Amino acid sequence: MIFSRLLSGDLPRSRVLMVLLIAILAGLALTPFAFPGAKALNVAAKICIFIVLVASFDLLLGYTGIVSFAHTMFFGIGAYGVAIALNRMGPSWAGVAVGVGAALLLSLGLSLVIGLFSLRVKAMFYAMITLAVATAFQTLASQLSDLTGGEDGLTFKVPELLSPGFSLSEHPFLGVSLDGRLISFYLLVTVTVVLFLLMLRIVNSPFGRVLQAIRENAFRAEALGYQTVLYRTWSNVLSAAFATLAGALLALWLRYNGPDTSLSFEIMIDILLMVVIGGMGTLYGSVIGATLFIIVQNYLQDLMKLASEGMGKIPLLRDLLHPDRWLLWLGILFVLSVYRFPTGIVGKLRTKARGHS
Amino acid sequence: MNASTPTTPVQDALPQVKLDRIPLLLLPVLALAALPLTGSLSTWVTLTFAGLAMGMIIFIIASGLTLVFGLMDVLNFGHGVFITLGAFLATSVLGRMTGWTESESLVRNLMAMVPAMLAAMAVAGAVGFAFERLIIRPVYGQPLKQIMITMGGMIVGVELIKVLWGAQAIPLPLPTAFRGSLLFGEAAVEKYRLISVVVGLGVFTVMFWVLSRTKVGLLIRAGVQDREMVESLGYRIGRLFVGVFVAGSALAGLGGVMWGLYQQTITPEMGGQVNVLLFIVIIIGGMGSVGGCFIGSLLVGLVANYAGFLAPKVALFSNILLMVIVLMWRPEGLYPVGKR
Repeated sequence: MIFSRLLSGDLPRSRVLMVLLIAILAGLALTPFAFPGAKALNVAAKICIFIVLVASFDLLLGYTGIVSFAHTMFFGIGAYGVAIALNRMGPSWAGVAVGVGAALLLSLGLSLVIGLFSLRVKAMFYAMITLAVATAFQTLASQLSDLTGGEDGLTFKVPELLSPGFSLSEHPFLGVSLDGRLISFYLLVTVTVVLFLLMLRIVNSPFGRVLQAIRENAFRAEALGYQTVLYRTWSNVLSAAFATLAGALLALWLRYNGPDTSLSFEIMIDILLMVVIGGMGTLYGSVIGATLFIIVQNYLQDLMKLASEGMGKIPLLRDLLHPDRWLLWLGILFVLSVYRFPTGIVGKLRTKARGHS
Repeated sequence: MNASTPTTPVQDALPQVKLDRIPLLLLPVLALAALPLTGSLSTWVTLTFAGLAMGMIIFIIASGLTLVFGLMDVLNFGHGVFITLGAFLATSVLGRMTGWTESESLVRNLMAMVPAMLAAMAVAGAVGFAFERLIIRPVYGQPLKQIMITMGGMIVGVELIKVLWGAQAIPLPLPTAFRGSLLFGEAAVEKYRLISVVVGLGVFTVMFWVLSRTKVGLLIRAGVQDREMVESLGYRIGRLFVGVFVAGSALAGLGGVMWGLYQQTITPEMGGQVNVLLFIVIIIGGMGSVGGCFIGSLLVGLVANYAGFLAPKVALFSNILLMVIVLMWRPEGLYPVGKR
């Protein structure tokens, strides 16, 4: 069946999950028509970008069992690559290509070096080393202000087809004007789907199986004749490449990039939360996790505001429900999911589905 | 193999381990190397003192982290939250004692500082106890989950601190008598740095004494070397570990007070920002080694201050450079701990 081939044979295996995934895909594809307004479109675009980013992190964390804190570094490299190239070369497709190409090369080189040097050591050391490297990179990016714009970041123009000023037709279609913004959005959605299916292909290949074997028992995988260091490094390189592409998408969508939008440690924490809450070791988890997290990030605050005002009399409870404290609740959910359902939402749904049949 | 060797006298059976002196020499060598570069003796004295003070505070914070790792292979990514907690408690305590902190008398200032430090240590220790129970105990021996869960604990901890104290930066002024500097000839040494060095040396001495002269210390050191052997001799390493974890958290709280006063402004994110520095220090020292942690902290402090004066741009990366150089020389850190 073509559907199964498209998903590389890795079907959702749960009716609820399937419905959710279809709903998310439909929701994203129809956002410009169903939910008018700039905020909804931005949220949908952010979800797309983070699906790619979180899935690429899952390749590393969920499938290979490596904790890296340098993932936003590669995300940032992608975003800076596009930003710097378009800023220097002006708005052209050649600029986009040069930016993405240079960023990919840099990411590949860096991830290869980090991987070969430090993937031999224990998980703890790798986590610490990547944390240190990422911090240094962030400092570097904000210091090289001639190249990166420093703390202020870079604004730039995107190729005309994607810019808001471009118009495909005079007449709006179903009440939505057919401008460059809409084209960028659909480009984003298409690239996201393609990259996601590609990653699904990778993790369901024989190569992906070896990665899972390493995650389960590195010693045994080595004994079976697989060079674990090599496979780990490959996993690191691939995940860095996808993160770089996600960064490039982010820069193209925002037409801006700075240290806080793509390099900050907060984003690293966010993607860690998304991957774990959604479900590690299954790429569908990253779709669910990213969607849930970003919707919560953008809309839970409104809900909490209501709740917080309702608690007007009780001081501590009011502060706990303050809209700025949304991360507290997601943090608690994160801790609970690491204990209670380490396979995340997707794992839970799949177990349930297995129990019924 | 050597079953036939004759029985040796007891004193020979336990040969004294020779102290590895080379890392100890690093500090004076580094300081002397910096002397001609800084140009003047007075600048050098000021910088060296600033570096030592910073190093001492880092040591107070990092010592618990390295011991906890040595004993149980637990690396607490949430250690930073205890620093933040200590600093915020200090604002609350010192804020209520403005009469004494703003007095000119050193004695009164100290009488305000001591309760602030004790409160920070007590609360951080208590929170550490709960943290160990709730966050760390369920995931012993699962490094992947440990990293994630301690990170999660940190997120929740920081958010709770924001709930209690607010999310904005809070000024933490030094008590009056601690401000300003003392002049030694041409060299100016800030009073607070002097105090940090004294407190740091005090903590180091007590810790050294406990670890090398008491039975608990012996067990801790033995546990770091070989946990299973200590357990098989009938000691409950789990309890020992809880004790070390609580002590480490309390020290982080104390370090938070010192660090907060050093920075003079505190934010809920300060602990997370120090985390990277702590990891660098304990990697340099050799994971699990207190002596290595002490030397590592002082090295980091000195290098940061010398580099900050000589080449401010390089100073931002000086810690990482230092780590890379040390690891190229000794891949396991200055004082590698046996089993690792």
